[in-house]
Amino acid sequence: MINLKTLALAASIACVGSASHAQTLNCGTDTLCRVKAAGVLKIGTKDDYVPWSYRAADGGFKGMEVDIGNKIAKALGVKAEFVKVNSANRFEFLAQGQIDLMLASASDTAERRKIIAFVHPNYYSSGYTVFIPKAIKATEWKQISGQTLCAVQGAWYNKPAQEQFGIKVLAFPGTAETEAAMTQGRCIGLLEDDNEINVRLSDPKWADYQMPLPIQSDTPWGMAVRQADQFSPFYYFVAGVISEMHRDGTLLEAEKANGIKNSAYLIKMHEALKDHIN
Amino acid sequence: MIADIQTFFRHLADSGINLTIFYDAFDFERFITGLGNTLLLILLCSFFSIVIGAIGAAVLTLSKGLGAAVVRGYVALFRNTPLLVQMYFFYFAIGSIMPVTKNDIGLPVPLLGSFSWAVISLSLYSGAFNVETFRSGVGAVHQSYEEAALALGYSRMQAFVSVTVPLALRFSFASLANNLVDLTKATTVAYAVGVAELLYVSNQIWSDSLNTIEMMNVMLLIYLVLTGAVVFIINRIETAMRLPGFGLGGV
Repeated sequence: MINLKTLALAASIACVGSASHAQTLNCGTDTLCRVKAAGVLKIGTKDDYVPWSYRAADGGFKGMEVDIGNKIAKALGVKAEFVKVNSANRFEFLAQGQIDLMLASASDTAERRKIIAFVHPNYYSSGYTVFIPKAIKATEWKQISGQTLCAVQGAWYNKPAQEQFGIKVLAFPGTAETEAAMTQGRCIGLLEDDNEINVRLSDPKWADYQMPLPIQSDTPWGMAVRQADQFSPFYYFVAGVISEMHRDGTLLEAEKANGIKNSAYLIKMHEALKDHIN
Repeated sequence: MIADIQTFFRHLADSGINLTIFYDAFDFERFITGLGNTLLLILLCSFFSIVIGAIGAAVLTLSKGLGAAVVRGYVALFRNTPLLVQMYFFYFAIGSIMPVTKNDIGLPVPLLGSFSWAVISLSLYSGAFNVETFRSGVGAVHQSYEEAALALGYSRMQAFVSVTVPLALRFSFASLANNLVDLTKATTVAYAVGVAELLYVSNQIWSDSLNTIEMMNVMLLIYLVLTGAVVFIINRIETAMRLPGFGLGGV
């Protein structure tokens, strides 16, 4: 009896599986078609990058990038499914197809363009600098040469900061570990992007800290699709949604809604693209 | 010569196999640092874990009271909890309540760094397994040997050190090799607390150069060679100490 039931169950699962498989099969290599057929857009995002993308108390994803992702999915008429990625694995997740769109605060660099395709226009921008206690009186990078800074493994600025300014980087898998390590004195401060430091500075918890050094290599952030998807309908769809979000001020509002001060890059993009009538 | 090697790997990179460690000076340097730290971790932790294992097994064999209970508790605790959890516990929990010194601008300076905590944590973890390895070695020595020594006027301690231990050691090699191979691979867990060992530096390199597949293969090969070397060394020692009738090497 049990055998019959299991058999029937297995058969029905196989049917459902092959039905949905057939639907996506007809799409060939067209990601836009496949996403619409599946009804789900898989978006890779971080879960420890407050307030761009992080976990809310209920375990769901929250933040500015999550808002953007939801808007793209809504425009497509599908459900957004967020997949947790980190700085060190996000490109592989995209290349291997675990996600269709990467929206994980990734800076758009030449090195990275060799393996994935960034969608333009860029949706954000940031540089890197350090977050150190006010007790350290440094105003120039060369003054902290030779010191150890904590950073997240996989951040693009870990290498240039070491090469150009001679600092030592102690890298951990996530942001929480870097904070713990800094408060324990394992490094003098954090090597981070300036946006994230600005958010920290608005938190009274970090009242004794500062961001005194000049911001280095301001680089735009890009959403990314697989290289095979470059200049595909999917690519142009995402690019169109981003442009419209710059144009109608959605991105500026998303910043405000997530408690981020309007950034110079978004203001500049909005100015350039905004409607010329009224 | 070095320039030739660099040119070769640059050309190889153009054809799709990007091994930055062979042509980028910065990547090469950090890769060598990582390899050095991994080797140092293996050497130090092997040494300390064997010492811990030997002491633990001796206590379990010779004492029946409080000492044995402490060793049994230690083995239970360290053998039955994940290494990564232990590593985080030592580094972030114990590390935060350790005394700190202050430097000249008043910032805290921890007593022990990532590397020291990794050595402590890995040694204690692997040591717990070695206690059991050596204990089983002692158990494999027939009681008649100790009785013969006692009959010749040896004290219990003397009989243990001069008769039981040398024989027990020969029974322990196979299992000890297992533990040390495991330890060699376990050193990668130290990357979680920021020790610049092989996995840590490789992770940094593939994050910068996006040559994940190449670096994964390099890692796989290196660990294969490292564990191979560990097994080779233990086998050599085993052969050198061969005593017909004792342990696998004697058959």
